[in-house]
Amino acid sequence: MAGFVRTLRAAGMVADTGRFEAMLRALHTLDVRRGVDAYWAGRLTLCTGPEDIARFDAAFAAYFGGEIPRNAALGLQKTPSRVVGITALDTLDGETDAPTETQELATEASDTDLLRQADFATLTDEQREEVRRMLAQLAAVGPTRRSLRTEAAARGDVDPRRVLRAMLRRGGETVELPRKSKRDRPRRIVLLLDVSGSMEPYAEAYLRFAHTLSRRRPAVEVFTIGTRLTRITRAMSARDPDAALKAVAAAVPDWSGGTRLGELLQAFLDRWGQRGMARGAVVVIASDGWERGEVDLLADQMARLRRLARAVVWVNPHVGKEGFAPTAAGMSAALPHIDRLVSGHSVEAFAELAKLLSEDFLRAARLWPVPRSAA
Amino acid sequence: MSDGTLATQFANPEELARALDGVDYLADPGIATAAFLALRLGRPLFLEGEAGVGKTALAHALAKLSGTPLIRLQCYEGIDAAQALYDWDFPRQLLHLRAAEAAGGADAARLEGELYDRRFLLARPLLQAIETSPAVLLVDELDRADDEFEAFLLEVLSDFTISIPELGTIHTDTPPVVVVTSNRTREVHDALKRRCLYHWLDHPPYEREVEILRRRLPDVTEELADQVAYATGVLRELNLLKPPGIAESLDWTAALLALGARRLDVDAAARTLGAVLKYREDTDRVTTAGLAQLVR
Repeated sequence: MAGFVRTLRAAGMVADTGRFEAMLRALHTLDVRRGVDAYWAGRLTLCTGPEDIARFDAAFAAYFGGEIPRNAALGLQKTPSRVVGITALDTLDGETDAPTETQELATEASDTDLLRQADFATLTDEQREEVRRMLAQLAAVGPTRRSLRTEAAARGDVDPRRVLRAMLRRGGETVELPRKSKRDRPRRIVLLLDVSGSMEPYAEAYLRFAHTLSRRRPAVEVFTIGTRLTRITRAMSARDPDAALKAVAAAVPDWSGGTRLGELLQAFLDRWGQRGMARGAVVVIASDGWERGEVDLLADQMARLRRLARAVVWVNPHVGKEGFAPTAAGMSAALPHIDRLVSGHSVEAFAELAKLLSEDFLRAARLWPVPRSAA
Repeated sequence: MSDGTLATQFANPEELARALDGVDYLADPGIATAAFLALRLGRPLFLEGEAGVGKTALAHALAKLSGTPLIRLQCYEGIDAAQALYDWDFPRQLLHLRAAEAAGGADAARLEGELYDRRFLLARPLLQAIETSPAVLLVDELDRADDEFEAFLLEVLSDFTISIPELGTIHTDTPPVVVVTSNRTREVHDALKRRCLYHWLDHPPYEREVEILRRRLPDVTEELADQVAYATGVLRELNLLKPPGIAESLDWTAALLALGARRLDVDAAARTLGAVLKYREDTDRVTTAGLAQLVR
């Protein structure tokens, strides 16, 4: 059995001693000699989610050569393999193209202010290191919402518990009326980061921004979109940004592929968003809007997203650059359904974004004048 | 391991499955083993799966089977200890205070003791479950609650002891059977899952669905049950926003029966689509694809 648990761990499952013990107890309770019981004892105690079940089934079949009970297998898609992707991030770290004119210019100016404004795509290795540090230090406050919980406050509803206490202290006299009001809670932020080829120079910076945000405040969900949708929230919880990025590299199978924004947005909404993750959340999409798939689908899904979310913010590294117009097919299809369109090419732009996320979004206020007819 | 009746009543999962069958819950080997282990090991059962696949129904079936009350805690964003554990009945406390005052001369210390008496305590689901156990405690849609609430719940589910500062501790030696459900809108914390047995519920296969329809709706003919189960299966393959669960196929069948339809044809399907599809986009998609494909 211990060997089997090792196989499971190698397959990426959290089969810790507590769970292992639970499995042994379960086996003890059931009939150990029957393969079916061994299967269920393991699956019920060791798995923690549908992804685990697929892994468990594979490991079970491999280790015991045992058959998996009929109807037990899930209709879910297979877990993506965890091998590819690391090389892509390595290239991100280092060698970009030969130094361009802008790059040399930026090197001379060691001034932090200039670096704050420098486009991520034009940085030298040294500057890249500095920028990483700056990204890790961004303040991340984030939007809030009212919760049902209350706390003592100067104004608000009368707090019966404390009124009663006060009355007792004063022998039954109502002298003061302590009040309570609803507390502010962090509003959920969902980040959808495009890691396709055209976004390559920016992907690392977006991931680092996502990491800072995830570490500094609760309720942040992070996904990468490229040729497929990958949830990387868990990987983002690593304390060290480099460790987090490494975990992401291992989890994301589609670095630098094409983008099928519409399809992946649909996958996000079907699997997560509709059920609650996007509800009332601030959803940030980081992409240049180069859509390879159907543009109509993207427009439909953006409309759907906007009905669920509190606000939709689109971050495009090319916004604000000379000659930018939201003409990329995907971008213009999405435009009518976006609350804010902001740039995301430099540390300063990210600082702006962090500030924007701390606002309470009101639908009417838009940063970008959006022609309604564009739909 | 409690000495409650359910925990020792069944020798193996098959026996439990047969007993559940007796209260009209059709358990497949997976769910039967999960429930069996939860009873035997005294662990909460954590159920995940699409909405409407019968997560809550299992808790109801277990309660019915054991003849114990089902106590339900519905989770929502912002739920806190006061709404899950207990609260003081403020208006009644106030009346008592006034009455004591009118009677005259009660000293403050004694009055306070009287005010925080058990009769002024409002038991919310968790306290109720501990006080009335043996019982089945259903913690429904845990994924809607916040992280802090999960941590709090973990504590309660670990030792089934509740301490009330003004009153003392309340404890039970026969912990309730606990069923926790989640629709998976967010990841529930690992520490909580570690306390539980985990089971993922899928849509039932065709034969089981027919059987469930016939069992729950005695009026339904074999032909209609067969047709609805088939059509629901087709709908689940259509990539809809909300694929129908068992709950929807039951609603649909009930709607067809209410209209006096004896079989599912295109006309009957068109009139009752609202019972099974809950989004305009889904209705459009199915209508465009042709209702004929639902009928066999």
